[in-house]
Amino acid sequence: MSVPTDLKPAEHPPSHARTRTGVSVVGILGELLIAAGVLLGLFVVWQLFYTDVQGEREQAEIVDNLEWAEDPVAPADVETTDVQLIPDDLKVTDEDPETSPTPDFTETFATMMVPRWGDDYVKPVSEGVTRPDVLDPLGIGHYPETAMPGEAGNFALAAHRTTYGKPFNQVDILEVGDKLIVQTEDIWAVYSVTSWEIVQPEEYDVVAPTPREPEAGVTDRFITLTTCHPLYSAAERWIVYGEMDYWAPVGHGVPAELVEVPA
Amino acid sequence: MISSWIWSHLPGPAIVKLLILLIVLAALVLVLFEWVFPWVSESLPIQDPTIAEET
Repeated sequence: MSVPTDLKPAEHPPSHARTRTGVSVVGILGELLIAAGVLLGLFVVWQLFYTDVQGEREQAEIVDNLEWAEDPVAPADVETTDVQLIPDDLKVTDEDPETSPTPDFTETFATMMVPRWGDDYVKPVSEGVTRPDVLDPLGIGHYPETAMPGEAGNFALAAHRTTYGKPFNQVDILEVGDKLIVQTEDIWAVYSVTSWEIVQPEEYDVVAPTPREPEAGVTDRFITLTTCHPLYSAAERWIVYGEMDYWAPVGHGVPAELVEVPA
Repeated sequence: MISSWIWSHLPGPAIVKLLILLIVLAALVLVLFEWVFPWVSESLPIQDPTIAEET
């Protein structure tokens, strides 16, 4: 049986037209999917890279604009320049610093330096722990209602571990005894890391006045850092606990711990 | 096709069309980076480093 050749021209145009509309519907769908893919890709680029670039720049600017904030001192500077260290008789361990007014929400009232995270590590600490107002734009946030630096109770902080300048990115390399150094307009406060653990996001007693012992009330001077765990997730929280070594008024040099190379 | 429809409706020669497209795309990325993405990210609960009591 041979194909009737006279039918071919009649059949061809409709079948061709069908194919054309089919192609254009699939084509438009394809273009929309490509656009969606590009959009998602851009979001990932923004979240993983751009927020870091922006966060690091803005947080460095905040520290620069704090008139009272001291620059971090590198251990190597001690030999070349005349770095004054806080004398022992100014170190206080058993009294609260003179109460400064409670900072306003989003006010940057302290800086934090952590020698383990590099001798140039200095980040602003601001009041509040909400993301849009404090943690995303300002870096480290202070849990309201928890103690202020040097005060009896728990000086509790939160910050991102990835993205937005990632202040607590290297939380997993902290060792027992590592120093967490906080400076406010009035005092230096030096804390030592004592332990860490991974907890569920709702375990609020890690920021209790005595961490993990909400019934105990105020017993000593603690610091608690909370951040995301695992990396790029928020399923759990990495918690670092520390205790205060001492606090001292500003203007009499820097803590010796700042210029010690962490072991 | 959306892309060819846009291309044919842009005024001027090809080089002008290309410039307009680049400017529009740059503006779009700026709007996304500065306003849309921050808003989206805040509504996603995958970045929260804080501890909170169960609500």
